[in-house]
Amino acid sequence: MRVKNNALFLDDVDLWILQALQKDSRQTYTALGERLHLAHSTVYDRIKKMEEHEIIKNYTALVDAEKIGIKMITALVTVYAEPKETEEVAKKLAEFPEVLEVYTALSEEFLIIAKVLAANQESLHDFIANSVAPLPGVLRIRTSIVTKKVKEVFFSVKNDSEGARL
Amino acid sequence: MKMSSDSESKTHRNVPREKAFYFFTSVGNYTGISAASLKEFMERVNDVTVKSLEFHLQRGDFEKWAVEVLQDKDLALEVKRLQKFNLSGDAVRSQLSMIVSRRFKRLSAQRTPAHS
Repeated sequence: MRVKNNALFLDDVDLWILQALQKDSRQTYTALGERLHLAHSTVYDRIKKMEEHEIIKNYTALVDAEKIGIKMITALVTVYAEPKETEEVAKKLAEFPEVLEVYTALSEEFLIIAKVLAANQESLHDFIANSVAPLPGVLRIRTSIVTKKVKEVFFSVKNDSEGARL
Repeated sequence: MKMSSDSESKTHRNVPREKAFYFFTSVGNYTGISAASLKEFMERVNDVTVKSLEFHLQRGDFEKWAVEVLQDKDLALEVKRLQKFNLSGDAVRSQLSMIVSRRFKRLSAQRTPAHS
C-alpha cells in the first residue's frame, strides 16, 4: 500500500488479502500467508496498515435474524423535507436505532431515503408517526415495505487482469 | 357563569408537536398534514384525502387521539360510533366533520361567559 498526496493506493497483495478476509475474516495470519504464499509477518503488516487507514473498518458477524426467531419487517422510507432542513432531518434520522441506513438523494426533489427495521407494521407506523413525522422540516413521507429480499451483498474487492482496482 | 377550564383546554389547547395528529394514507405514508388542537383537527378533516380519513377511522386512530391526547372521552365515543357504520368515501369526511364541528361548538359554548 502506498500513500501519495493523501490518496491510498493498494497493490495486488493488499487486494488479495482483502478478498480473502471478505470470504472469511476469522482466518489467522499464518493461514492467510499459506494461502497467498506470503510470510505471516507480511500479512500482519499489510492488515495493520489497512486497519490504521480505516480501509478495513470492522470485523463483524452477519446474523440471520429469522433463524433465531426474530421476524422483522424492513421498510424503505422516503422523506421529503424542506430543502434547508434536509441535512438536519437526515442526521436526526440516523440517530434512531430502528434506522439502519440513511441517504440523501437528488431526483426531481432533494429527498432522504432511510432503511428502517420494525417488529411489525404497527410499530413501523408508530415509529414514523411519532418519531419521523414530527421532525421539524418534514413535509411528506412515503414508505415501501420490503416483501422479498432478492439480493443483498456488501462491497466486494475485485482484482482483475486489467490491474488492481477497488 | 364560571368558565370551564376543562372545556377551554380541550378546544383551544395546542398539544406538543410530537403529540399532534399526523394524517397518513397508509402505514408509514405521511401526507404532510397534521393537527395540534381540536380546532386545527376540525379544519384539517376538510383538507386531507378521504383515503387518509378512511385509514385512520378503520384503525381507530381518531378515537385514540381524542382520549389520549385531547382527553376528550365524549368525542372519542362519538367517533367510535361512526366506525360501526362502516362508511367510505365522502360520507366519512362529512360525518366526521359534523361530529368534530359539533363537539367544538359545544365546548366553545361552555367556555363563553354568561351575560349577567
